[in-house]
Amino acid sequence: MKKREIILSGFGGQGVMSIGKNLAEAGVVEGLEVSWVPSYGPEMRGGTANCTVILSEHRIGAPLVEQTTEIVVMNRPSLIKFEPTLEPGGIAFINSSIVPDKVTRDDIRAVYVPCDAIAAELGNLKVGNMVMLGAYIGATEALKVETIEEMIHEMFTGKKAKLVPLNLEALHRGIACAKEQMA
Amino acid sequence: MKREIWKGSEAIAEAAIRAGCRGFFGYPITPQNEIPEYMSLKMPESGGVFVQAESELAAINMVYGAAASGMRAMTSSSSPGISLKQEGISYMVGAELPGVIVNVMRGGPGLGSIQPGQSDYHQATRGGGNGDYRMVVLAPANLQEAVDVMADAFDIADQYRNPVMVLADGLIGQMMEPIVWKEHTPRVLPEKTWAADGRRGRAHNNFITSLLLEADACEKRNIGLKAKFDEMEKNECRWEEVNTEDAEVILVAYGTPARIALSAAEQLRAQGIKAGVLRPITVWPFPHARLRELAEGSCRGFLAVEMSQGQMVDDVRMAVGEKKPVGFYGRCGGVVPTVSEVRLAAEEFFKEVQ
Repeated sequence: MKKREIILSGFGGQGVMSIGKNLAEAGVVEGLEVSWVPSYGPEMRGGTANCTVILSEHRIGAPLVEQTTEIVVMNRPSLIKFEPTLEPGGIAFINSSIVPDKVTRDDIRAVYVPCDAIAAELGNLKVGNMVMLGAYIGATEALKVETIEEMIHEMFTGKKAKLVPLNLEALHRGIACAKEQMA
Repeated sequence: MKREIWKGSEAIAEAAIRAGCRGFFGYPITPQNEIPEYMSLKMPESGGVFVQAESELAAINMVYGAAASGMRAMTSSSSPGISLKQEGISYMVGAELPGVIVNVMRGGPGLGSIQPGQSDYHQATRGGGNGDYRMVVLAPANLQEAVDVMADAFDIADQYRNPVMVLADGLIGQMMEPIVWKEHTPRVLPEKTWAADGRRGRAHNNFITSLLLEADACEKRNIGLKAKFDEMEKNECRWEEVNTEDAEVILVAYGTPARIALSAAEQLRAQGIKAGVLRPITVWPFPHARLRELAEGSCRGFLAVEMSQGQMVDDVRMAVGEKKPVGFYGRCGGVVPTVSEVRLAAEEFFKEVQ
């Protein structure tokens, strides 16, 4: 498998940390080496937060990256900041419900995912990040869809079990959205 | 065994509880607040004591007290907070009390920054408190190692009746990685017959102090301590080597910079420069003997990489002496060096020494 070096970035509360965590957790399930590093510092409430996730078949050295294979962009400042980090051929996943801009480079690919619009259609704005996770999996095939599906079943149990179908649908809407654009 | 994903600070706290720690005393400071946060929830569940002390001084002295009663106890903090604990650490050594101190280092000096740093190396390995003292300092570079060394830290502390420090950096504290909770085989440890835990039918009271007003008695205590430090030096030194056998240049680094050095060394190999990494896992005792041995071999030089302006490099120089050139590359104040920076520094250094 190709080593994945991903930066996920957005406003606090948009779920970028948890998308990253889901990727790392799924990587562990699939027997990969993984690392997850949050940006931390004197952050402003409501400001931009990011995390770096690495998925690899080999021991992970530096957990911070200079060049990314993919970026997940949930707000405008994140696109400006992290588009330059993409390696040629890398993919930018952009929440097009929030970010009106297109990528400026022609040596990278972009997948525009209207996360919030799809989440609204599904009746719960909280699943926007699950839509984005689906898009990532759909475009990169870095992890198995079944792994994420199982994780969703494990994430929502007891009283929350009723959220499983909603999250599964969000995941698959994201996958479909990405597949369409990658075709 | 099942691999689980954990956050560094929380994993360190859980590892301490699993190691039998039943007293945690701390005072909040970034970037290690998840340790006390986790302890506040889990320590009472484990039948232990959690106290958010009124200050770092109070916290380390509570560790002193708990340890004196025979309990496995610890504290954690970050750089400026650890400075405040130095007096207590010196007293614990003087009173021959075991205990574990975790320092999740940030940028210094003073209040500095809250991002990862390594500028407390001298303080940790040379003693920031007064008196002739040493303590084993374990410096994990990944979360598996962080949890593994926590169990060892309490054993080492009990074996020698001496505090042990776990020296991590902000990145190790904040990151998440998979770990396996291994079965820890505890060391065979002496009974704590010295503990001040009540009379318990003894003919005497156990009395614990670092105050020995008679010079002769104090010297005797010091000689006894020195014998323990010599044992620690002999028994507890650990390090890891990657591709050092044929290396032309050896990067020496601990903690997060060791991971960056590993990535840089891989890139250097791909470019045709045979690079290796020596990673001290204990920074005291430091693997001087092994470095000296490598310096006598075919390698052209050593490059120390740190998140400081050069502290561990002193130990590298001490080990290597005049045998081979020693270089240094570091970032500080909370800045984490990039792989390409370290690779370029190594290329430059290699040009000078080849």
